[in-house]
Amino acid sequence: MLQLLKKITAVLTFAAAVLTSPAQALDEEAISGLASEELSVRIEAIAAIAAFGDAEALEILKLLYDGEVYVTEEGQIILEFDEVVDAITREPLDPEPDYYDSVIVNNQMRGDLEVAIAALSLSSDDRQTRFEAALALEGAEDPGLLPAIVDALDTEDDPEIRAMLAQTRSVMELNSDEPAVRAAAATALGDSSDRRVRELLAAKLEQDPNGDYFEPSGEVRLAALKSIKSIDRKLLLIDYFGRFFSGLSLGSILLLVALGLAITYGLLGVINLAHGEMLMIGAYATYVTQTIFINHFPGAFDYYVIAAIPVAFCVAAGVGMVLERTVIRWLYGRPLETLLATWGISLFLIQTVRQIFGAQNVEVSNPSWMSGGVEFMSVVMPYNRICIIVFSFFVLLLMWLMLSRTRLGLFIRSVTQNRTMASCVGVPTGRVDLLAFGLGSGIAGLAGVALSQIGNVGPDLGQAYIIDSFMVVVLGGVGQLAGTVYAALGLGVFSKFIEPHIGAVLTKILVLVLIIAVIQKRPQGLFALKGRAVEA
Amino acid sequence: MQYTPKIDPFLNRAGWIALALFAFIAIIVVPALFVFVPEESPFHVSAYTVTLVGKILCYCIVAVAMNLIWGYAGILSLGHGVFFALGGYAFGMYLMRQIGRDGQYQSDLPDFMVFLDWKEYPWQWFGTDHFLWALALVVLVPGTLAFVFGFFAFRSRIKGVYFSIITQAMTFAFMLLFFRNETGFGGNNGFTDFKRILGFPITEPPMRAILFALSAAALIGAVLLSRYLIRSKTGRILTAIRDSESRLMFSGYNPLGYKLFVWTLSAVMCGIAGALYVPQVGIINPSEMSPANSIEIAVWVAVGGRGTIVGPILGAFSVNAAKSFFTQSFPEYWLFFLGLLFILVTLFMPKGIVGLARQIGSRFHSGGASEQRG
Repeated sequence: MLQLLKKITAVLTFAAAVLTSPAQALDEEAISGLASEELSVRIEAIAAIAAFGDAEALEILKLLYDGEVYVTEEGQIILEFDEVVDAITREPLDPEPDYYDSVIVNNQMRGDLEVAIAALSLSSDDRQTRFEAALALEGAEDPGLLPAIVDALDTEDDPEIRAMLAQTRSVMELNSDEPAVRAAAATALGDSSDRRVRELLAAKLEQDPNGDYFEPSGEVRLAALKSIKSIDRKLLLIDYFGRFFSGLSLGSILLLVALGLAITYGLLGVINLAHGEMLMIGAYATYVTQTIFINHFPGAFDYYVIAAIPVAFCVAAGVGMVLERTVIRWLYGRPLETLLATWGISLFLIQTVRQIFGAQNVEVSNPSWMSGGVEFMSVVMPYNRICIIVFSFFVLLLMWLMLSRTRLGLFIRSVTQNRTMASCVGVPTGRVDLLAFGLGSGIAGLAGVALSQIGNVGPDLGQAYIIDSFMVVVLGGVGQLAGTVYAALGLGVFSKFIEPHIGAVLTKILVLVLIIAVIQKRPQGLFALKGRAVEA
Repeated sequence: MQYTPKIDPFLNRAGWIALALFAFIAIIVVPALFVFVPEESPFHVSAYTVTLVGKILCYCIVAVAMNLIWGYAGILSLGHGVFFALGGYAFGMYLMRQIGRDGQYQSDLPDFMVFLDWKEYPWQWFGTDHFLWALALVVLVPGTLAFVFGFFAFRSRIKGVYFSIITQAMTFAFMLLFFRNETGFGGNNGFTDFKRILGFPITEPPMRAILFALSAAALIGAVLLSRYLIRSKTGRILTAIRDSESRLMFSGYNPLGYKLFVWTLSAVMCGIAGALYVPQVGIINPSEMSPANSIEIAVWVAVGGRGTIVGPILGAFSVNAAKSFFTQSFPEYWLFFLGLLFILVTLFMPKGIVGLARQIGSRFHSGGASEQRG
């Protein structure tokens, strides 16, 4: 690989050296080398063509790259458009040759071609072409390309491309013979946030076994040191941003899971250990919706997730309401027994799903608009994660509107605060319990839709998140959304910030210890309702 | 005049007789039949039965411990599996050291350490080659963890489902911790391939018989201890905590010490059960710490009957017997059964088997008989 790179740069030196020579029309002499059996001759031919530096040369190189330059048995280089033409004259051949074959392009030539095409494309009128060319040139360290880049910098006015080119130029100037140029380049590279650039700068500070610096100029070393520090600061910022994003992503999932839990716990005072299985049901509902779309509406496959949202909500809410009516209702006032009974329900549901769908994970795929990601500050943010963050805040908004603006929300709040009093003034507490339990389960179903887009869907899906989301409820307290929101996002971001340092397991333990510590000060959670309600 | 509530006899006459009979059978008859009666004889007890029943006897000790904290003090712990496993690990360390150079790699270190290329024992293993120190660890490790955890939890008056959830999180964290190789306890393989205790081979019938008899003796000890505790003033305060903690506090008691005491005692009992369990089963690994196991302990107690002396033992026996039956005959239906058990017992048998038996009994005795206390 290193050998190959050296060869490429050797050729490029040549190619670039002639790039700036006055343009002439492409001639037969330059192009004929492509017909050779010898690899080295073909590589020289590429360099020779690149040396012409005009649009025609660029076209030939691109065609060559795509394998659309042909050679006849006589060694004539031809192109194939509507008809077979000579590569130089563009005259149709008459008679057409019986036999011709593509010019053989191997990986080494392909590498040469990419850089040569990039260098020629820098003067293109199309921004996208120039952008791609600048991207291809990034990391090229060969000083022979420098004049082409300097020329391009003179005319380029797109800031993004300018920045890329400027960095490439500085990297090249780092090896200049002039200490002043090297120092200026080292200083300029301080604007970069690229790990490779940092390595190049760090190389300037290395010593040989005798303790002498490879870089003789102290000025350059100082500039490199300063730039490294500046790059490190930026890298740290990027690192933090990456962690913040994954923390936000984890937090938004915890939020979705914990929202429903907080409602049922706040309202009924029972911990629903089957809540995780509502996630699982939501995820399987997504899977079933996906299967239906594949079988019946293959054209609308991309929208199956949208359809899955109400389906999952309704299925999970339905299961939740059935459970409330058949089991949980009979255990009011006995929270510990409810805990056990809901655990039994969760075992039962897991086994049922295993019987129906099998113990293996089922495959739920992202719709096309959710795959891929957007890069910001060198951090790739996958669309599915972004969608989940947006979705969870959307659900949060709906919840807030529901709780604060509707009659049911008013009832739920009143029963949470004082069940007896609410009952006395005519709130149908039984119905409120039922609906609230359904609502909590339905939101868990929505969380299941979200989880199905980022992880495996299997019968044990709910188990993975349930303990963490309980921690959210314990930390945030119950009775108001704000506690859940702060606790979920806080735990998510905190975990992801700590995780790179001490590992995932110790993070979980640390979080638990911290939660216990917090509870020492605030036994009802960070954001407990204030009031006189003491437990019976 | 001071009001003295009626105190039940420590055990009534029939109870003492039953206990003595159980002790006689479990400590003398079964081991003797296992060791001395030839295999062809119809009276021989197979090694399989001894191991299975010995295992369940250990579970019974855990159930008695759980009953003490949940049935009497009303604190539902979802972390007793951890104390059980910690006791097992503490004694397992001793057992691993007893393997000596008989492991696969013929090294002084246990195989998993050789595999991880460790050169010496990590600090956790200090002194575990001494039998007595290992026994002390069996008590100290679960006891200390329970004491520290309980102190902070009870001090801030975490109770009810909050406490249950926190203990479950603790269980989960410990399981993850023990799954790591770096923790120094064999990662997900745990400890296995034990060879001997105090130099005596562990798989030979005499050692199995001794372990079986010890488990039975420990169970009897646990029953007597909890019976004694419940009858004492401490026990009455614990019951008061269960029934109305606020009222107890308003009467001038600080529940912290009582809760902490019974919680730690319960954890220590679990640790001892774990230490007896590991040599009989021959393996200990982090899956013993999974949250599901701890919840299952609660259901044994619920099935048998909370707040009764024999209930937890009945529950542990019946649920584990059912588990052996199901996992052999209908493995896929075990979870259905267990799930339904959780639901049905809490819905229809809040007092468990013992409660059901009493109901039937009192109906049989023409309804008038007052509810008898175990």
